[in-house]
Amino acid sequence: MYLTDGRAAPPTAAPGRDSAPGRRAAVVPGTVLVLGTVSLVTDVSSEMVSAVLPLYLVTGLGLSPLGFGLLDGVYNGVSALVRLVGGRLSDRSGHKAVAAVGYGLSAVCKPLLLAVHSLPLIGAVLAADRTGKGLRTAPRDALISLSCEPAGRGRAFGVHRAMDTAGALLGPLVAFLILRAAADGYDAVFTASGCVAALGVLVLLLFVPGRTRGPSAARPPASRAPMRELLRRPAVRRLTGCAVVLGLTTVSDSFLYLTLQRRLTLSESWFPLLPLGTAGTFLLLAVPLGAVADRIGRRRLFLCGHLALLGAYGLLVAPLGDSPALACLVLALHGSFYAATDGVLAAATADAVPAAVRGTGLAVVQTGQAAARFVCSIAFGAAWTAWGDRTALGAAAVGLAVAAAAGALLLRPAPPEPTPEPAR
Amino acid sequence: MNRENVLSRRNRLLVLLAAVLVLAAVAVGAVLHAAGRAAQKDQEQAGGPPVRSGKVTLDAPGRGVFRNMAWGPHRDEIASVAADDPTGPRTASGVRCLRFHTAGGTGVCLQAVRGGLREAYRAVVLDAHLRELRHYDLAGVPTRARVSPDGRSVAWTVFVSGDSYAGTAFSTRTSVVDTRTWTVDRDLEDYQVFVDDRPYKRADINVWGVTFADDTRFYATVATAGKTYLVSGDRTARTLRALHENVECPSLSPDGTRIAYKKRVEGASSDAPWRLYVLDLRTLRESATAERRNVDDQAVWRDGHTLVYSLPGDYGSDLWTVPADGSGRPQVAMAAALAPAFTGRAR
Repeated sequence: MYLTDGRAAPPTAAPGRDSAPGRRAAVVPGTVLVLGTVSLVTDVSSEMVSAVLPLYLVTGLGLSPLGFGLLDGVYNGVSALVRLVGGRLSDRSGHKAVAAVGYGLSAVCKPLLLAVHSLPLIGAVLAADRTGKGLRTAPRDALISLSCEPAGRGRAFGVHRAMDTAGALLGPLVAFLILRAAADGYDAVFTASGCVAALGVLVLLLFVPGRTRGPSAARPPASRAPMRELLRRPAVRRLTGCAVVLGLTTVSDSFLYLTLQRRLTLSESWFPLLPLGTAGTFLLLAVPLGAVADRIGRRRLFLCGHLALLGAYGLLVAPLGDSPALACLVLALHGSFYAATDGVLAAATADAVPAAVRGTGLAVVQTGQAAARFVCSIAFGAAWTAWGDRTALGAAAVGLAVAAAAGALLLRPAPPEPTPEPAR
Repeated sequence: MNRENVLSRRNRLLVLLAAVLVLAAVAVGAVLHAAGRAAQKDQEQAGGPPVRSGKVTLDAPGRGVFRNMAWGPHRDEIASVAADDPTGPRTASGVRCLRFHTAGGTGVCLQAVRGGLREAYRAVVLDAHLRELRHYDLAGVPTRARVSPDGRSVAWTVFVSGDSYAGTAFSTRTSVVDTRTWTVDRDLEDYQVFVDDRPYKRADINVWGVTFADDTRFYATVATAGKTYLVSGDRTARTLRALHENVECPSLSPDGTRIAYKKRVEGASSDAPWRLYVLDLRTLRESATAERRNVDDQAVWRDGHTLVYSLPGDYGSDLWTVPADGSGRPQVAMAAALAPAFTGRAR
């Protein structure tokens, strides 16, 4: 069974290196590094575009970009659905193929931005770009989980997320270097972004091992109704439930930054830097915390990550004055939260989901979490309106504490794992 | 190892190398092309308005002051021209701004600050000789700027973009500064909003496009729940009261009785939905101007009868005029210019 899943041998990944198959989790498999490279390169490409997009719309095209806000929710909904489709599809016809289509679609969108000059069309191109992201996420995580030792998954996902974040941090830098070299060179930014994205697709196609056999050659019957099948497993149910419950109390980043800025009366020019604080911490801690997750258990670290988030809420609610150190601490906690939960959740999901439906399983859990966060976003907006930011955040903190307790109950008894991994 | 892969590792590396070279060539080519084009914009083009550097003052009456968009060494600088001879020679000040406005001898310049690792912006408050009085770092891309008739209050709006990953949510932030006390209202969203005379609270409120009546009273746009309102603002009471719907980027006439604005019209294409309208503040009756094209700008009153606004042009933006009472037809006032203000008159 696991041959058909391209899980044949982790060392495939490190082409040329003749390591003995599947012994140590200490070394991150080459496939993970390749997928990390693909994500890094792709994120450079996407963040180049998102960094200059408002600038392009306002100063380049002379448009008011406000209308976009209305479409945002729609895109998010679409992206969640597409992720489920991508996960399901990839289990049937190959993770690499579906991931390649997803990356390819986003790559094509970059040069397309050159050709469209009105808000609805630009919105459509961005929607296609997001569709590509939705398609590729689950198969990519499935590939990562299938290419490494179960014992080293936390670290492997940590490495991937760190590389991904590095790309996200580099992208804006590249974009502004181009704009420095060529004033108003938005077309150059989009062209270069397209080239970078194409490179990402090519690295994926060339260096990620594909399936060994054609599709559904010797598929186990799991593919009939995989979602129902999956949710029948207690481990998956518990994990999904936990991700959803905690997601329901995870306030969206923009609200957190907004609260931070208001509570600490930070200077305006700091505002765009706040996400960098989170991303920087995420980058630094993703690998070490992934390794910690492998040692102490992914579920436990996932919960601990939410405690870090709870700490951040607490600092924002508590009357602690407005020192810049406090802002740094909040952002450090926020970044630790991501480092301790983002890749770790994927690793924990991989533990609970059989290899044959890995893509679907990852998509289900991640979509559950994303949908819950979306609901939280709406509810938090309403609470903010009704009670003001501080009370709303206080309520979110209480909710998060309760959710974490519930999550601990859901995950703690740790029933004997139904060993989804085929015995080696 | 994955034998299905047709290419050997060596060959795959070669393919990658070749692709990197080709893609890098395309990317570098695009950047060089854009850089060349940018350099070309520093060359004066034939037939353009003559621009010479000189002294620009904001308290000399009868001048039009604006952002010069004409190619050449003075592109993007604040320039002035005789208001009654707008196509005549331009005097460029050396001060570069994306957006600009002036009244009562005070100027506000929203400019890009080069040199950092990312694009940064600031709002600079200028005296009548374009000397910096104060500057304020901005959280986003500048879009609107206004000064009150007597030059005491200054307002600006920036677009603040979402956080990451193709984030498509943008919001606005509008600030007002008192140039005598230098107190700052950082975000007009903190004011109490009233719709239908009832207090209105929602998280999705955006405020932009201030136009001052005097130092305490102003008008602006409030967007919430998919609608846009004309609001009248009071800086002392810190309130915004909705007066009328479907009004964006208001501009108050010199006599304070009418508002020129862009209206989202039914049936227009969704990427160009705005037409230039005028609202009578006493009757709340609105009338279309003779300009039938999409206007995405905060118009300026050149005098009590004439509106000036920008439309896309060969060099980015041209200024057009149209009578405010719906008569006449649009005419080009100034090619290659943006963000005009007229000295010696209010607003």
